[in-house]
Amino acid sequence: MDESLEQSKEIKKVTQWHLAKRSFQRHWQLYILMMLPVLYFIIFKYVPMLGAVIAFKDYNVVQGIIESPWVGWKHFENFFNNPVAWDLIKNTLFLSLYQLAVTFPLPILLALALNEIRDGIFKRFVQMFTYAPYFISTVVIVSMIILMLSPRTGIVNNLMEAVGLDAVNFLGQTEMFRSIFVWSDAWQITGYSAIIYLAALAGVDKQQYEAAKIDGASRLQKIWNVDIPAIMPTIVIILILSVGNLMAIGFEKVYLLQNPLNLGTSEILQTYVYKMGIINADFSFATAVGFFNSIINLILLIIVNAIAKKVSGNGLW
Amino acid sequence: MSSKNGTIKESYNDRLFLTLIYIFLSVLMIVILYPLVYIVSASISSPEAVTSGQVWLWPVDFSLEGYIEVFNNSDVIRGFRNSILYTIGYTLIAVFLTVIFAYPLSRKNFYGKTFFMIFILLTMLFYGGLIPEYLVVQKLGMLDTPWAILIPKAMAVWQIIIARTFFYTSIPEELVEASEMDGCSSIRFLWHVVIPLSKPIIAVLALMYAVFQWNSYFDAMIFLRTEDLFPLQLELREILITQSESGANQDIAEQQKRQQLANLMQYSLIVVSSIPVLIIYPFAQKYFVKGMLLGSVKG
Repeated sequence: MDESLEQSKEIKKVTQWHLAKRSFQRHWQLYILMMLPVLYFIIFKYVPMLGAVIAFKDYNVVQGIIESPWVGWKHFENFFNNPVAWDLIKNTLFLSLYQLAVTFPLPILLALALNEIRDGIFKRFVQMFTYAPYFISTVVIVSMIILMLSPRTGIVNNLMEAVGLDAVNFLGQTEMFRSIFVWSDAWQITGYSAIIYLAALAGVDKQQYEAAKIDGASRLQKIWNVDIPAIMPTIVIILILSVGNLMAIGFEKVYLLQNPLNLGTSEILQTYVYKMGIINADFSFATAVGFFNSIINLILLIIVNAIAKKVSGNGLW
Repeated sequence: MSSKNGTIKESYNDRLFLTLIYIFLSVLMIVILYPLVYIVSASISSPEAVTSGQVWLWPVDFSLEGYIEVFNNSDVIRGFRNSILYTIGYTLIAVFLTVIFAYPLSRKNFYGKTFFMIFILLTMLFYGGLIPEYLVVQKLGMLDTPWAILIPKAMAVWQIIIARTFFYTSIPEELVEASEMDGCSSIRFLWHVVIPLSKPIIAVLALMYAVFQWNSYFDAMIFLRTEDLFPLQLELREILITQSESGANQDIAEQQKRQQLANLMQYSLIVVSSIPVLIIYPFAQKYFVKGMLLGSVKG
């Protein structure tokens, strides 16, 4: 038995080698062409991964990444000994969980609702207008928010004053920041995010609908028993990906929405990394904070993937 | 879960349910449309009407003052020109790199394609971080040059997967074999056969990359110092977000007038900066949907 196993391994090795050789002979030009994108990934993705070691060093420009002295966990200790650290972690988690709770279910609802109505002008209109905000830039979205919520000239305060309410400086309040961020995000991406669910719904076998009709199922029952199971794998994948990105929430937008008055809730780990690293040039410390952020993300992804696999049988790997 | 209700009552419930869906979708559409309509209306109204809150849906006192102000602003014009150049250059580079990487990965007998797939997928899991990425760009001497905008984000994993799926399903292996029989080299085949057959996917990739580049500000903010190189989005940030918080000390009436005009110009600026995206929106919408669908099919 063992001998034949050895033999088959040997054969496999030979065929592998043979396949590789044939592939190189046949596609050598493609391999050469591919070196460019491969180089891109090495330089701009893999080198920074290795460069993250400066989190454990005292990086200075003169000595560079390799020569700079090792300092172990110093920067991590400095970070966690700073009372700000816990505020940052709390702000990041609250903001991202709030965002997930709103922007994850809304596209599913929209897709299910669109799937119920007949193809026609109304449906096309809804789709066209709900996708549109996705194409607007972050800078413009934030500008729109600032203009419309402005305490003196904004439309929202004007309307509020017209009905006798007092003007509110929405962006200057710590307790309003999260809602402004999350709901403006929902406004921007719900339509676009629904596309993937609509695609999954389009793939449902029509016979299942017929069968449901014959059984006398109501629309709601049909959604519950046919539609939702059909898009479940998509839902699970999207959920995993969203959780995997939990700590990487739209930080470019958070940064633009920040002002000195709302920093109490709007300062998150990544904006802090940017300020410490790029503005204060404290590279090693900022890398340590960023590294911590990435690790949390990775752990969350692994956990949620494991849970999803156990519960639904679907996972990323 | 079989229904126990009578058929008549059920269809009544169904109709009610459907009505609720129509209401839900209509409300959603209004909520999404309102800010867009408001911004456009405000941009073509008079400065006084906007600041005093008379505009709430349709334009009041039609005026193009805001737009005149925008087109007289040399920073905006320069930013606009820079953004067009960055978007064209970046899109060409990104599409080229994506195609030459995705095509080999779609071939059945291409040895090492699993390795290369894992090689790129790992970059989605592990992220070096903002600072190490910044240091790489710095080390390459790209800081404060257009290259810092064109190169570091030149490829996206998602786009590679979409392109690979497309090539896999629409360039049959038989075609490759036939061309090899005729002595056609891989590069010639790629250039003369694959690319002409792949116009839809190239459009998808180009639109995705172009919209990304047109809308991005962050890389420009961290990599560029010279104002002459600033893209439009960075100028917008300067004018719309940073400046709107500070006020200059001048004669009060004069200041109020300036303030009103500056305020109005912001609305016009939002519209002007979104025009290129609005022009391609009808195509973009179709192609983005196509791209999403391709990406969701496992190749």
